[in-house]
Amino acid sequence: MSIPFELRGSKPTRQGFGEGLVVLGERYDNVVVLGGDITGSVMTSLFKERFPDRFFSIGVAEQNATTIAAGLALSGKIPFFASYGAFCALRNADQLRISVCYNEANVKIGGGHAGISVGPDGATHQVLEEIAYLRTLPNMTLVVPCDYLEAKKATIAIGEMIGPAYIRFGRAAVPFFTRDETPFEIGKAQVFRDGNDVALVACGAMVWEALQAAERLAVRGIQARVINVSTIKPFDVQTIVDAARECGAIVTAEEHQVHAGLGGAVAEVVAKNFPVPIEFVGVKDSFGGSGEPEELMEKFGLTWKEIYAAAIVTMQRRDKGFIGYRTVKQVPHYEDVHPDSQPVA
Amino acid sequence: MQGESFRTANCLFLRACTVFVKVLMSAIFPVVFEPVAYENRHRQPQEFAEIARMIRRDIIKSLVLAGSGHSGGPLGSADIFAVLYFGGYMRYTPQNWWTPRDRFVLSAGHMCPVLYATLANTGAFPKEELRTLRKYNSRLQGHPGRDMGLPGVETSTGSLGQGISIAVGMAMADKLLDSNGYRVFTLTGDGELQEGSVWEAAMAASNFRLDNFCWIIDNNDCQIDGRVHDVMNIYPLEDKCRAFGFDVVTVNGHDYAELCAAFDRFIANSEKQCGKPTAIIAKTLMGKGVSFMEDRYEWHGKPPTWEQARIALAELGEEISEPAAV
Repeated sequence: MSIPFELRGSKPTRQGFGEGLVVLGERYDNVVVLGGDITGSVMTSLFKERFPDRFFSIGVAEQNATTIAAGLALSGKIPFFASYGAFCALRNADQLRISVCYNEANVKIGGGHAGISVGPDGATHQVLEEIAYLRTLPNMTLVVPCDYLEAKKATIAIGEMIGPAYIRFGRAAVPFFTRDETPFEIGKAQVFRDGNDVALVACGAMVWEALQAAERLAVRGIQARVINVSTIKPFDVQTIVDAARECGAIVTAEEHQVHAGLGGAVAEVVAKNFPVPIEFVGVKDSFGGSGEPEELMEKFGLTWKEIYAAAIVTMQRRDKGFIGYRTVKQVPHYEDVHPDSQPVA
Repeated sequence: MQGESFRTANCLFLRACTVFVKVLMSAIFPVVFEPVAYENRHRQPQEFAEIARMIRRDIIKSLVLAGSGHSGGPLGSADIFAVLYFGGYMRYTPQNWWTPRDRFVLSAGHMCPVLYATLANTGAFPKEELRTLRKYNSRLQGHPGRDMGLPGVETSTGSLGQGISIAVGMAMADKLLDSNGYRVFTLTGDGELQEGSVWEAAMAASNFRLDNFCWIIDNNDCQIDGRVHDVMNIYPLEDKCRAFGFDVVTVNGHDYAELCAAFDRFIANSEKQCGKPTAIIAKTLMGKGVSFMEDRYEWHGKPPTWEQARIALAELGEEISEPAAV
């Protein structure tokens, strides 16, 4: 049974985070927020205006902010620290590893400006590597919501769970398509579209692109299953293994390096439990750059078109019985089946 | 293949020899931990000497049993710990640690042998447990691990420069939110001050006017590679701390009267809510109390051998029953 959805406009996921924090602030007196000088752009400013006594500005000092958050957590508070993912997941990597995760401190990190959809700010601010790092940290929970409303629900959910958690959100307005009643549970992937021909496994804003690809594939008579992996850690093994078994071919899609992120997590689970061909859509071992979000998504191959092409390639690999990657001429390259090089049937 | 099996056999032989020597040494040099628990109360300065000597002996014993670990820093800071934990400055309940209490964060996590020895002497856990330092499944991890749940270990530390920030967070929780009036102490090394995040924490402590926050700097001017001022100069230290908004006291870290006065000043600062955090720069000698370790940075990160431990304990006033046996 797939979960119903409809396009309801577009809103940035960071707004969901900011609004979720205010909800948490209303519910719990011990929720506090630490600012890293960019409170407006990660929307912790909403909490700051509403609860000024529980907001502390730490300045441009992400290492200190992360560790102070650990100290607050060990004193019974529920601290949220938000900044850009480049600075609050990687610059403070050791603080997260030792002071937060090893300590099992109840610290929540909001990592904004994730992915290349940050746009004009360029490569330094477009974090594409943090999923890989965070999902290897023991005790960590890693959530990547697919739209504004899921970001809001996820923020509340990580605030209500005990233990270190990280939520990844973006800057740009992205399609907003889940409903108020759409379930969100940490550790549970959601199936937004049923199908047994190929499974499109995505996270964050790429979920919408996967749904678009599935529409186009349906035109060719291919029924794609679209799975939103909103929690990368703990990983919903069952849903992915079911998809491997029932579809026999998988495409992963993420606004992150193709290495060691969502694709890596899926590959690990599939290789161990039910090996099937997988194609990976993501940024291919390069840094981002300046530009408008749409231009960049196109340039780095993060649209429905790549997912569509990857789906055809992975299905052919399955059907020809060759698991080996492009070892056989009959299996097309991406470019051969890419919608831009071939009219969609 | 032959070479490999030879190496394996050789390795096993060496390991067997090591175990044999250890057993032999512990047979002729039995390590006994005196089961005392000192009271935490106001004391005259001269009363701390005995406690500090006990802490130093326990450090030597636990390190020689562990066979690895840091000797210099723990011995050098034993006097600070004696005054802090047994002079009524830290308030805690040893039988039930996790009740309302003052916090101590050992930012220089590698100095944990002195923390463990001190905590054992409060009665927080049986002194016999000091035998397990750095051993498999021990609550006395090589660097403090909060996951092991040892009473008195507030947080995991070991990656330098982080404990002080955690302590700032703890001080903020009480000063700015809960107002239960607890005090937060943290001890950093001086080599640790080369970590930039220490100064981020210092900046935050004065920014938030944390007068309940006491930063002790164990200033022995030694780190693994040599003298701190040679490896990377951190001086002038007093001026730096003052510029970062601290009320700074520099003391001889082995003079109990000076240490008491410094802690008294911190308590006064926090009680009158002066709005300034306190920094105590304690000038210490690495390895203090053991002649061949004193002020020698080579002793930063190694334990004594059995023979060295026997000499050290003798210097620290422990009668070894039959030293002739060695």
